Amino acid sequence: MNEQIKIATRQSYGEALVELGKENENIVVLDADLSSATKTEFFAKEFPERFFDMGIAEQDMLSTAAGFATCNKIPYVSTFAVFAAGRAYDQIRNSICYPNLNVKICATHSGITVGEDGATHQMLEDIAMMRALPNMTVLCPCDDVQTKWAIKEISKIKGPVYVRMSRLSTPIIYEKEQKFEIGKAVQIGEGTKASIIATGDVVCEAIKAKEELEKQGIFTRVIDMHTIKPIDKEMIIKCAKETEKIITIEDHNIIGGLGSSVCEVVAEEYPCKVIRMGIKDTFGQSGKAEELMKYYEITAENIIKEVNI
Amino acid sequence: MKITDCKELEKIAKEIRKNIIKQVYEAKSGHPGGSLSCADILTVLYFNQMNVSEKEPEDSARDRFVLSKGHCSPALYATLAEKGFFPKEELTTFRKIHSKLQGHPDKNKMPGVDMTTGSLGQGLSVANGMALSSKLNHDGYRVYCLLGDGEIEEGQIWEAAMTSSKYNLDNLCAILDYNGLQIDGKVEEVKGLDNIEGKWKSFGFNTIVVDGHNIEQLIDAFETAKMTKGKPSIIIAKTIKGKGVSFMENKAEWHGKAPKEEEYKLAMEELEADKN
Repeated sequence: MNEQIKIATRQSYGEALVELGKENENIVVLDADLSSATKTEFFAKEFPERFFDMGIAEQDMLSTAAGFATCNKIPYVSTFAVFAAGRAYDQIRNSICYPNLNVKICATHSGITVGEDGATHQMLEDIAMMRALPNMTVLCPCDDVQTKWAIKEISKIKGPVYVRMSRLSTPIIYEKEQKFEIGKAVQIGEGTKASIIATGDVVCEAIKAKEELEKQGIFTRVIDMHTIKPIDKEMIIKCAKETEKIITIEDHNIIGGLGSSVCEVVAEEYPCKVIRMGIKDTFGQSGKAEELMKYYEITAENIIKEVNI
Repeated sequence: MKITDCKELEKIAKEIRKNIIKQVYEAKSGHPGGSLSCADILTVLYFNQMNVSEKEPEDSARDRFVLSKGHCSPALYATLAEKGFFPKEELTTFRKIHSKLQGHPDKNKMPGVDMTTGSLGQGLSVANGMALSSKLNHDGYRVYCLLGDGEIEEGQIWEAAMTSSKYNLDNLCAILDYNGLQIDGKVEEVKGLDNIEGKWKSFGFNTIVVDGHNIEQLIDAFETAKMTKGKPSIIIAKTIKGKGVSFMENKAEWHGKAPKEEEYKLAMEELEADKN
């Protein structure tokens, strides 16, 4: 993990879209007056004829994307997670997922790490809502390399996809050559003391915790669950069998997100104790991302404590 | 095949009305009122205006139709069956388990349905996406979108109207089925549609007001819309909810109710006798 260079996944998204736009002329991009924040502005500059600023009208944007998809375009739709999954939920449900249309919803600014904007802008329920929708694939990439892979990879699968990205700049975890597969988690380390299953912008916290614990002679493993749906059942069962405990961590409400997804699998397949770390069924508040992560207890230090209990 | 004879189109509309009543009667549920009010509009679209073929329902060059008021599916199904997209015998499966004829239209189940609808207020946005796609590829197809007058109480319709206008979607033609009634009563009283033509005009639409049961006026309106360049059009079709069945006409209670056996017989007799 390279902590010297930090990049926000939204930045990686913007860059990946331009590359994708060059390769595939069916890609169209829609944004709702936030292109400078979601970074779709890079695509807009390169391909103005294929970029549509829909104004502050997210419901209209998602349904328009559905219309594009019925005509064999591949729309990538961006706004903040709270306005995509939240404001336009019915449009995503009825006009995208039910007809199984090829719309890629790329939501940035998810989670508590939005920071200063406060609770109204900190989306903490989107994984729960999006994974409950039939036909939907849900991805939550954790770094620059993985985000660029994800943005390209989802253009190859047919059907709706929700990609959850962050505002916060996070370290680069993977080498450029790293291979990923939708629905296959990445295992980092072989330790058996605990499996730390993480997703999105807190995967780096899990890795930091693992490295610190190693210095104390405690060996854990980190599971980067970049795909929330379909969830990697095999990996979860393997961890349940091989490690003393499972800890999940996410920048999301502990209800309905990664922790719940993991619990569903072990409850059915290999019952064991799961400790769910995340935002504990509360709304956030304004503050610096780092301060909020500490306050809501989703840092490496908090993970270390849980491992050592 | 384009039908230009108004008398013949009226006959088709009558068949569509009968099949609307049949479907709702057989299903013992559904929405006859708004389906009957848009029967003439659908007849003109599918038999006189739109470039669609039952032989190639997925032809990428075809004109598109979005039934934004998806609960009026009986009207769309009756029209598609009349056009030959599927056998008329299947109309009796409306709203029944494993049927192509879902309560609200499902594009993946029913050939000829261009968009899945049901949750009100979303169709015009979808139609915009189709129209933008047509422009982007220079495909030249036109997009039609039927809106309910109760439906346009949804705010998204007006978001979409701004989009149609911003992108000068002259390949888009919306039709407002202005029958004046919704479930709770008069649209005017439930929410209010004061100066509806002015509203659409101020949103940048070319507006055309017609009698929505006059085939000739409808054809003229669609032709005018086609010739209007640089802006989207909306045909404000003044209609009668329940049109064609005397006891259903202008009655909000027939929005979403199936006729009983006696009522069914009476409705079919009236439609057969062509009292329109």
